[in-house]
Amino acid sequence: MHFLRAIGRATLTFLEATGRLAMFTLTALSHCVRPPFYFRHIGRQMVEIGYYSLPVVGLTAVFTGMVLALQSYSGFSRFSAESAIATVVVLSITRELGPVLAGLMVAGRIGAAMAAELGTMRVTEQVDALTTLSTNPFKYLVVPRLLAGTTMLPLLVLVADIIGVFGGYLVSVYRLGFNPSSYINNTWHYLEFMDVVSGLVKAGAFGFVISLMGCYHGYNSRGGAQGVGAATTNAVVSSSILILVLNYLLTGIFFS
Amino acid sequence: MSETLELNTAMEVPKIALKGVKKAFGTKVVLDGVDLEIKRGESIVIIGGSGTGKSVLLKSILGILTPDSGTIQIDGEDTTHIGGRDRERALAKFGMLFQGAALFDSLPVWENVAFGLIQGHGVGRKEARERAIATLGAVGLGPDVANLSPAELSGGMQKRVGLARAICTNPEIIFFDEPTTGLDPIMADVINDLIVKCVKDLGATALSITHDMASARKIADRIAMLYKGKLIWVGPVSQIDNSGNPYVDQFIHGRADGPIQMQIKAF
Repeated sequence: MHFLRAIGRATLTFLEATGRLAMFTLTALSHCVRPPFYFRHIGRQMVEIGYYSLPVVGLTAVFTGMVLALQSYSGFSRFSAESAIATVVVLSITRELGPVLAGLMVAGRIGAAMAAELGTMRVTEQVDALTTLSTNPFKYLVVPRLLAGTTMLPLLVLVADIIGVFGGYLVSVYRLGFNPSSYINNTWHYLEFMDVVSGLVKAGAFGFVISLMGCYHGYNSRGGAQGVGAATTNAVVSSSILILVLNYLLTGIFFS
Repeated sequence: MSETLELNTAMEVPKIALKGVKKAFGTKVVLDGVDLEIKRGESIVIIGGSGTGKSVLLKSILGILTPDSGTIQIDGEDTTHIGGRDRERALAKFGMLFQGAALFDSLPVWENVAFGLIQGHGVGRKEARERAIATLGAVGLGPDVANLSPAELSGGMQKRVGLARAICTNPEIIFFDEPTTGLDPIMADVINDLIVKCVKDLGATALSITHDMASARKIADRIAMLYKGKLIWVGPVSQIDNSGNPYVDQFIHGRADGPIQMQIKAF
């Protein structure tokens, strides 16, 4: 009977966590549309997430583009399909690798920072202090991060798309000896509006998930330094997994 | 005629009234039916050992925690289950000094002090800064600390900034959560003096929790002792030495032997 009890307990814990997360999400969303709005904080978070993540996301994108060009060359040259490289690079970057890799990098950078900052504020009673100063912690801490994450990640991914394609161009032209103008032509030729848009919509969803997980785990952290450490780990792990799952679901919806 | 009548009624309504407040976390009962009335302008200190529910009591009154049963009234208004705008309106009457000062480390000192003015009362930043510097002066800190970050301050200075933040909005009720914990005896006495002075200047109602008896004797009009989730003794500070309650006697003299047994496991 012990294993039944274990299954039951695990199920209950899972349901409880899901319910708590759902309540947190609903509360946060309801505060997103009700004043007062802390524009100064929204702006600060946008700079933190959008601007300061550019180097990490840019580096990830340029190397991904470069490696894609190399890999597809070694594969496609076996059956003389080198002209497809530009298309493969641009479609892979805009539809999949741009949003997913940027999302995972930002989850590590921003999700962890959010969880650590909010977690420390929670355990040092700064969150309670906000309440006693007539300031709703959801509006002041959670809403700016959610809004900034959801709006900034698509912009980051747009930049990543351009840099990634440029990485593929560099390798193809300077290492593999492609003609620059025909490479750019091939890049544009098969690219559809929907390819880019679907990537940006994914990015928005990933940005929301990253901020939500960072805030949720930080806001609910307990028990000093160890609790904050656990919150940070949980934020990064859960948002990374959710990004991968959501990516599959959204791809299924867009290209079914 | 009616004015005097209203005034009289207002005088009789306690500032804070707790009736049968109970709170449990899982199976652990932390508050087990707390009754307490705090009069306007009175300073009450709640003493009790660590983990007896003192902080839970404060957080319940603030609405950060909701009691399982019982009622909490502020100025005669039942605030036990209010939320949203009503809660914010009720909270505007409060100021609180936290145990670890709980200063916002992302903001400079002056913005910490002015936080309630800027966010809660919509005062402009320039005016708020001036008022913050004036309040810092009231707790004995010069304008030179205004632009420092809280991390650059010593523990005693952080407590004073926390006190300045608590009183900057001229609250009607101030809570002090272990105001002298972690300070040297001299700095602790400086903080005690400041608390007495600030509460008197504002005419505020004060509720403090502490296990520092020197501090309690200095800032209290009345002392209440919390033990196992109940208030086992409430009385004026002058009677604390003759309470006739063995629990209180053991606590104020800091004796290991007595009716309160610490649960220490033998190895």
